[in-house]
Amino acid sequence: MVYIVGLLSLVFLALAFMVFGRLTSVMKSVGTSGEQETYGGTSNKINGAMFMVFLILGTIAATWSFIHSTQYFLPEASSIHGRRTDGLFWGSMAIVTASALLTNILLFYFAYKYQYKDGKRATYYPENHKLELLWTVVPAVVMAIMVFTGWKAWRDIMSEAPEGAQEVELVGKQFNWIARYPGVDNNKLGAFNYKLIDNNNEVGIDYSDEAAFDDFTAPELHIPVGKPVLIRIRARDVLHSVFIPHMRVKMDAVPGMPTRFWFHPDKTTEQMRNETGNQNFKYEIACTEICGRGHFSMKMNLVVEDQESWNKWCAEQKPLLSSFPEYASRIPASLKAKAAKYLPTVGADTTSTASTGGVASSGSASLR
Amino acid sequence: MATTDATSTASVHVAEHDHHEHYELNFWRKYVFAEDHKTIAKQYLITGIFWAIIGISFSVIFRLQLGFPQMKLEWLRPIIGNWIEESGKLSPDFYLALVTMHGTIMVFFVLTAGLSGTFSNFLIPLQVGARDMASGFMNMLSYWFFFMASLLMFVSIFLETGPAAGGWVVYPPLSALPQAHKGSELGMTLWLSSMALFIVSQLLGGINYITTVINLRTRGMSFSKLPLTIWAFFLTAVLGLISFPVLLSAALLLIFDRSFGTSFFLSDIYIAGEALPNVGGSPILFQHLFWFLGHPEVYIVMLPALGITSEIIATNSRKPIFGYRAMIASMMGIAFLAFIVWAHHMFVTGMNPFLGSVFMFLTLIIAVPSAVKAFNYITTLWRGNIRFTPAMLFSIGLVSFFISGGVTGLILGNAALDIQLHDTYFVVAHFHLVMGASSAFGLLAGVYHWFPKMFGRMMNDKLGYVHFWLTFIGIYSVFFPMHYIGIAGFPRRYYSFTSNDFTSNIFQDMNAFISLAAIVTFSAQFLFLYNFIHSLIKGKRATVNPWQSNTLEWTTPVIPGHGNWPGEIPAVYRWPYDYSKPGAKDDFIPQNVPYSQTPESNLPHEKELISLEQAIEAQNFNDQFKQPH
Ligand code: HEM
Ligand SMILES: [Cu+2]
Ligand SMILES: [Cu+2]
Repeated sequence: MVYIVGLLSLVFLALAFMVFGRLTSVMKSVGTSGEQETYGGTSNKINGAMFMVFLILGTIAATWSFIHSTQYFLPEASSIHGRRTDGLFWGSMAIVTASALLTNILLFYFAYKYQYKDGKRATYYPENHKLELLWTVVPAVVMAIMVFTGWKAWRDIMSEAPEGAQEVELVGKQFNWIARYPGVDNNKLGAFNYKLIDNNNEVGIDYSDEAAFDDFTAPELHIPVGKPVLIRIRARDVLHSVFIPHMRVKMDAVPGMPTRFWFHPDKTTEQMRNETGNQNFKYEIACTEICGRGHFSMKMNLVVEDQESWNKWCAEQKPLLSSFPEYASRIPASLKAKAAKYLPTVGADTTSTASTGGVASSGSASLR
Repeated sequence: MATTDATSTASVHVAEHDHHEHYELNFWRKYVFAEDHKTIAKQYLITGIFWAIIGISFSVIFRLQLGFPQMKLEWLRPIIGNWIEESGKLSPDFYLALVTMHGTIMVFFVLTAGLSGTFSNFLIPLQVGARDMASGFMNMLSYWFFFMASLLMFVSIFLETGPAAGGWVVYPPLSALPQAHKGSELGMTLWLSSMALFIVSQLLGGINYITTVINLRTRGMSFSKLPLTIWAFFLTAVLGLISFPVLLSAALLLIFDRSFGTSFFLSDIYIAGEALPNVGGSPILFQHLFWFLGHPEVYIVMLPALGITSEIIATNSRKPIFGYRAMIASMMGIAFLAFIVWAHHMFVTGMNPFLGSVFMFLTLIIAVPSAVKAFNYITTLWRGNIRFTPAMLFSIGLVSFFISGGVTGLILGNAALDIQLHDTYFVVAHFHLVMGASSAFGLLAGVYHWFPKMFGRMMNDKLGYVHFWLTFIGIYSVFFPMHYIGIAGFPRRYYSFTSNDFTSNIFQDMNAFISLAAIVTFSAQFLFLYNFIHSLIKGKRATVNPWQSNTLEWTTPVIPGHGNWPGEIPAVYRWPYDYSKPGAKDDFIPQNVPYSQTPESNLPHEKELISLEQAIEAQNFNDQFKQPH
């Protein structure tokens, strides 16, 4: 490829030289106001021929560059809906590329074929209703088919997540993602409130909701393979957008308006490593909504693994409440009992906090 | 009032002369605060060219970053100062500022003001047969509001914190929160103020265009005889008049959110270590308001270019435009549908998926009239007798871009496919071809074609050819490969592609190639600039009707004076596309030639129209003095 670019640059340079060569002669002719040019002159012929040259060389260049680029296109989608949209995409691309090519051929060929000739007269041909009807209806029908298949796919992709989908939450902030998991015990994400956000509770978990007690966060997204995954998406500060290229997933993260996207991943990271032959392969989550200076570097790794190792990984994670027991002070008295198992015992607790620790420990103390 | 008998052709020259003695305007009134539509058009053109140079150079700078990420840019420090970081690289903040300014400048200042402002102003009175715009004063205001908008935007580039940098769509909350982004500080305030002034300018201009077309057409110029250029400018003005106020309100609400603590677009935000008090607003609301203008805007940019193309292709093919009525119908269809497709820019914003379905169907309907237009252009070429003037070359190029860029709209308009492609380089490829390049070609074609009427001199053809081929090949080289990069998933508005595995280490040479092509294309524009300035001073003198065209502007003197026609405004008897009519002596019959003078070429139904000619001739609504006044 380097050579090809080098070559192309050379061609450009050569072209530029040619142009400047011609320019100097043209410059001379600029001042001397020549006599009225007749239209059948060499310029007209050259321009006409150039359209054909452009058409042929352009088609070759487009074909070649496409074939060359396919190696860099994303590998086959790792999600079920992704393979469906991929199929639709390439089908639609075939249709539109063919029609663009055909119309461009006609455009350039007519330009070449019907260039000015002395004594020739153009055909007075202002309309033809049959033809016009035809080329209104045919594109309309083709497009209707494309929309219809696309619409069905869209409807399915955007439908409610199936029962039993694994839920996770992704929160965007300048400039990274935070993943929150519903925890190992109740598999439910707890409530949140942006006013509760601070340095430790980065996603604003609201501990007045008992479902929140076992929630944990991680700087990496792990999901199990082979079952639907529902990502609940939020943003803390400005717009972001979750983009998982290999899964064909994209959804904006909007402050104040939680969004979601569910999909069915069916290839683990391990499988992809074997398939692509790249042992360092990682699924990635990028941000595709401009969010400030670090937008381009806002990414998170995604690990897809089988259910078993996923369960194991989850079990290794520590609920946020356990890491920062001071939040226990936010737990309403009626629920304190339920939170106890996530909180360290009093003895271990004494070093962790001074100010709120009192409440927390008294809470757990009253249990015993 | 001059007393010369203006109807007698012999004294036309005297009348014109006379007139000038009576109404000699001082320098300020004549060239600066001018009310003459032709002068205002030139003011728009010059300002547009100025902005185009700035806007395109910005893109060249950020292409350097994308194509040659390792390159040391210290040599740019004298120009852009501290935006080059210690390491010799462009700062990511400035990268975003450049992208934002490029988009804003090109879309609004070059392709809206520069294109419509120039050609609507110049051509509407000349082609409908009017002495000037309905209100010369409002027209003057329109330019000077644009000038003030330009001034504010220009100043914002030099701010310490830089100009607006949240993308040309300026989505809040990013654009609303100074603590989120350097570009959301004073630069954003200036951006919003500038846009507010810009919109005022557009509205003043638009009202004028509409009124002039409706009220000031000359005798016989019915809507069914209007050149397609005028139809296009007219519908464009209607689109602008309805949609720009919505952007104005969005901008005002954003100003409130930024400065007065309201929460139209803000809710539940925690930033810079504090939770903001705003609740209940919706960032999505802004996007709806923005795209309610934004989508019509793409047609505001495109329709005038298509109108110009229609005229140039017909003239230089020496054939009537194919399907004149279908062209009008499809423009009206586009103008209507343009208002009900905006949410295709928002499929993955979390908007209700059902709405997504609705907008997907509507979006694909709008593709039908667009396709019809393309087919009509191609059929116009068929069996023509084509003269490749530079204007004609650019028009053919426009049609090619419009097709190649338009078809990918069908992909993006398909919500299911847009999930993957939204905000990738595929979108960049799509809209640069279909709107950026096409519309820019419309602008260039228009300048080459109407230069003789504007300045009384011809531009150099040969330079025009070279300019065309370099630009045409260059633009395809820049934007075609972007489709591939988009399919590979490269997100747009990325300062560098090194952070993600799926983008790092691939397509580097493709990006380098694109940047080189961009530099070549940019350089080629200096040929145009040279040609423009050189021809202005030294170009060959133009004849009255150098392209042997049918429309009314070519019945004025080589350089039309104030009031455009020295004597009475000609009446119009036929449509503007009687080229190569069977039986006629010449291959063109101007609009002001009555059927009674062309018995040899009249079609059966046209013979009957002869009887109406006296009535048309006798009408006199708009030109009571039968001379400029
Ligand atoms: C054939 C008809 C067309 C269809 C179906 C279509 C469809 C679309 C869609 C769906 C998008 C959004 C893509 C995305 O953001 O993911 C889009 C973007 C865009 N289109 Fe088109 N389009 C068409 C014609 C045009 C025309 C004629 C123009 C300009 C004159 C245009 C200019 C744009 C622009 C500027 C954007 C990108 C705006 C942005 O996100 O910054 N399109 N188009
Ligand atoms: Cu981002
Ligand atoms: Cu749109």
